[in-house]
Amino acid sequence: MTAINSGDTAWVLIATALVLMMTPALAFFYGGMVRKKNILSTLNLSFIVMAVISLQWVVIGYSLVFGPSIGGLIGNLNYLGFTGVGVAPNATYAPTIPHVAYAAYQMTFAIITPALISGAFVERVRFKTFLVFIVLWATFVYGPVAHWVWGEGGLFHSLGVLDFAGGTVVHVTAGFSALMFAKVIGPRRGFGKVTMEPSNIPFTVLGAGLLWMGWFGFNGGSALAANGIAANAIVTTNTAAAASGLMWMFLSWRDSKPSVLGIVTGAVVGLVAITPAAGYVTPMAAILIGMVAASISYYAIKFRQARQLDESLDVWACHGMGGLWGCLATGLFASKAVNPAGADGLLYGNPSQFLVQALTVVIVIAFAMTMTFIITKALHKVMGLRVSPNAEEVGLDISEHGERAYS
Amino acid sequence: MTKKIEAIIREETLNDVKDALKKIGIVGMNVIDVRGHGRQGGITLVGRTGTYQVDMLPRVQVNIVLSDNNVERTVNTICSAAKTGNIGDGIIFIYPVEEVIRIRTGERGHAALMYEGDIDTLPVAGG
Repeated sequence: MTAINSGDTAWVLIATALVLMMTPALAFFYGGMVRKKNILSTLNLSFIVMAVISLQWVVIGYSLVFGPSIGGLIGNLNYLGFTGVGVAPNATYAPTIPHVAYAAYQMTFAIITPALISGAFVERVRFKTFLVFIVLWATFVYGPVAHWVWGEGGLFHSLGVLDFAGGTVVHVTAGFSALMFAKVIGPRRGFGKVTMEPSNIPFTVLGAGLLWMGWFGFNGGSALAANGIAANAIVTTNTAAAASGLMWMFLSWRDSKPSVLGIVTGAVVGLVAITPAAGYVTPMAAILIGMVAASISYYAIKFRQARQLDESLDVWACHGMGGLWGCLATGLFASKAVNPAGADGLLYGNPSQFLVQALTVVIVIAFAMTMTFIITKALHKVMGLRVSPNAEEVGLDISEHGERAYS
Repeated sequence: MTKKIEAIIREETLNDVKDALKKIGIVGMNVIDVRGHGRQGGITLVGRTGTYQVDMLPRVQVNIVLSDNNVERTVNTICSAAKTGNIGDGIIFIYPVEEVIRIRTGERGHAALMYEGDIDTLPVAGG
């Protein structure tokens, strides 16, 4: 029953590499949108997460999420330091690949999630504090939420919530934590008064392109097997990205011109929204999911701007709201005809699935925001969240790292 | 007397200006990328959602040092090549120059400005 399948293993190993690539891709996606005095700092806020969370995951993170459940709330410490995470498959989660391959694949999700949040507080965050924040956040926010949704015996997993590749676990938690972090840290100096022009939109296009490609591993790999579900996930992923990118283009065109920054943002938002649904819905449903996602995030950005809130790179609008929509959409469009291991959604005569999705996402939002509030307020008191006003004017590349991007 | 012309023009007119100046025999010049604004204030760019204003616009500054008697013709040439008729076409400043020294030869004054085939050796077109 737990024989290793080489095809499945090969695909998950490749998917692991694809998803890991998404974090440097995100670095460029974000880096291009900040002013040139903060571009290295912004790239690094993603890159360094690969180093920090890789260690956190091996030492404790994996065990908190996928260790045997303690009351549905958190995994126990059985897998501390990857103890017992070896070649033999973990029959509960991935019976056809080595346990260590599953743990490595999951690590890449744990890495990109805190990196996503960094878009909220670029150009002003104190680097030292950020390092502590990501460890605390990965341990006390990502750990529990991922366990509730994905862990065997986890709170919402037991209720039957569907989150194929992390719409809730990754994007809703990151997006709403970003919103809270931005509120606590406050706006950049001069926000709303001086123009903060993106310094390198080509970097952002490059990052978005690599994210699109990497997402095939993110969603396709979440089948944990080289099979039809993986293929369907890749097709729905691609379809939603396409529909959302186009939709954003039309919205932007209607307001002024078809912005390239807008088009690539739209594609990423489509990828976010399809994430929880990818393995459960049809390609036609993916078109709808993508188009609606673009509309929601587009107007969420306008709403955020109207509120004068400096959630700088719109992590909430794109990942939080895109992920929220994707999670609910999974409860609408999921079909057992696509994936017998899934469930039918509201449109297939099962309204209770929609309610489970809604309940999960509401509690996850409340939890993520509360915990992020506590962590950021505590760090603000103990270490300080932001650099000095002068350091901020000089730019974080020089003031935090002693380097400049261009000479 | 020697004069320096600083012409701040649209980036997209630089090639036309350069060609027109070459035709009347302006051989030496240098060009600086500058940012700024005059009466037009700024431009509107498109962001993720809708537009935003940028008030410092990219322009190029063309620097030319030449003899007094060539200034008027050069200025007219720049104006006709750089003009689009829209607000933001640019501006020209003219300064007196104290001294000119060519580093390679040590020549000074008018001699330091002379090139073969320059404006003082070419016949005036149409004149």
